[in-house]
Amino acid sequence: MLKRIKGKAWKFGDNINTDLICPGPLMRLPIDQIGQAAMAGIDPDFHTKISKGDIIVAGENFGSGSSRELAPLALKKAGIEAIVAKYYARIFYRNCIALGFPIIECEEAIDKIVERDELEINVSMGKIMNITQNEEYRGTEYPKEFQEIFNAGGIIPWIKKRGIDTLRD
Amino acid sequence: MGKTITEKILANASHRSEVCPGDLIWADIDVLFTHETVGPRVFAQSFEELGGKIWDPNKFAIFIDHYNLPSTIAHANVVKFTIEWAKSVGVKHFYNLCGPEHQVLIEEGFIRPGRVIIGTDSHTTTGGALGAFATGIGSTDCAFSLATGKIWLRVPTSLRINWEGTLPQGVMAKDVALRMIGTIGHGGATYKACEFAGPLIDNMSIDGRIVLSNMAVEMGAKNGIINPDEKTNQYLKTMIDAPITSIQSDEDADYEKEYYFNGDDLEPLVALPHSVDNVKTISEVEGIQIDGILIGTCTGGRYEDMEAAAHILRGKKIHPDTYAIVIPASRKIYEKMLLKGLLNIFLKAGCIVTYATCGPCAGHLGGLMANNEVRVSAQNRNFKGRSGSSTSKIYLASPLTCAASALKGELTDPRKYL
Repeated sequence: MLKRIKGKAWKFGDNINTDLICPGPLMRLPIDQIGQAAMAGIDPDFHTKISKGDIIVAGENFGSGSSRELAPLALKKAGIEAIVAKYYARIFYRNCIALGFPIIECEEAIDKIVERDELEINVSMGKIMNITQNEEYRGTEYPKEFQEIFNAGGIIPWIKKRGIDTLRD
Repeated sequence: MGKTITEKILANASHRSEVCPGDLIWADIDVLFTHETVGPRVFAQSFEELGGKIWDPNKFAIFIDHYNLPSTIAHANVVKFTIEWAKSVGVKHFYNLCGPEHQVLIEEGFIRPGRVIIGTDSHTTTGGALGAFATGIGSTDCAFSLATGKIWLRVPTSLRINWEGTLPQGVMAKDVALRMIGTIGHGGATYKACEFAGPLIDNMSIDGRIVLSNMAVEMGAKNGIINPDEKTNQYLKTMIDAPITSIQSDEDADYEKEYYFNGDDLEPLVALPHSVDNVKTISEVEGIQIDGILIGTCTGGRYEDMEAAAHILRGKKIHPDTYAIVIPASRKIYEKMLLKGLLNIFLKAGCIVTYATCGPCAGHLGGLMANNEVRVSAQNRNFKGRSGSSTSKIYLASPLTCAASALKGELTDPRKYL
């Protein structure tokens, strides 16, 4: 089962694209240092301000643009443990599933959460608790196929556990 | 109820008699590709964990196009790592310095109607212009597919985007793409298949159609597909020697929504910083001062684009305070430009013509933008910081508008030079 995630909310607007999440010029950083690029297109010091477990709360179309998996990877390596948004750009959404990086779609949460609110997320139930405001929001539940991949920690551990041969004809 | 071309391709690829929007399927991949920035440097370990064996070397290609030629040691190391990795795992189709992958894949005959094309680049949608289902993924998914030959996909709903009329002089496929993006919005087609159709598309060259499919992802689309026709077949026959599958949407296929546009009164368009859907007509923004222009990349660097720009620049000089970077979308296009005298026209006009590469578009090298610098570009994105400084500004336009703007040093209506 997925663990509970507890941390501060960092709020962003609509259409936060991958050039803002992980700017092209910083993609040359070694992968183990890519956390320094997290949100650098908006705030180059973002990675120094957050604590492990913090949560990004954003509007529509989060992660639009490039296919670069370095974008979710940068957020993950910087210490972000979940994202809540109205909806995600397609490849960003896929990348998070592949990486086992928890993301939730929830309109209500976006409108109500204020920057730095303390949140607790139960990913498998799609539940977001706002500890600061004493509220609870319900996000979209994943299809059970995605749940399985999340529970395994991403698509690589998922297929390793299941066996590659199970996919072959 | 009939089926769309996207549904038919995905049904074939998943060995089902039919699929419906929303179905989760495992599809067989016909062509998988990656490139150096997000390829093996990110997924080599995951691939190794899955056994490190390419499921079918005939169906996998790797490109070095984003970091070439490297301007920093960090980039050079990534290029070297990618070359060595490709050798170590026995990559058969390896393309270094041949040009942006999306164009090279077409030229090398990988893109064919009915195929499932998967690549680690958002502009993989480009392949839809020839009737393939083509979509982008990330690095970890690529490692998975490289070992298994399969990908999970959710069958998308389809939008049918109909174009009537004919394009006036001075208006290009890029303007058609910008009109759609401006109307449908940057996120308006998210998770959906876009199907471009109608007489205007039928009459459009393959080079033009490629621009539409390339930029489909700028509306968030999963794929941007055009039903293959006789023109597609003729085009493919010049590069592949194999029977071409005929696959088409049914007349009574189900679309989530249909859009109707008319090209007759379309004007040259410009997407203002920093959003692809911030679209205005050239007359609304003419006269804005610029530092330089860029004609090229996987969006605006095909031969037809070069010919259009050269037509405007022939026998003229670009404005003395302006630079012009010209980047062919492939080595083959570069060669044709040389043979047909286009290189001469660009060089005499004062342009810099570089080798075929992604160039500064994705912000890696070869003409990055300074603070507050302003550029008009035939590329596909104008996000904040996309090609350099976060205070630089990119205006997206057609190769014709870029060329005309280079002559005046300001945003200029190309119709004045035709």
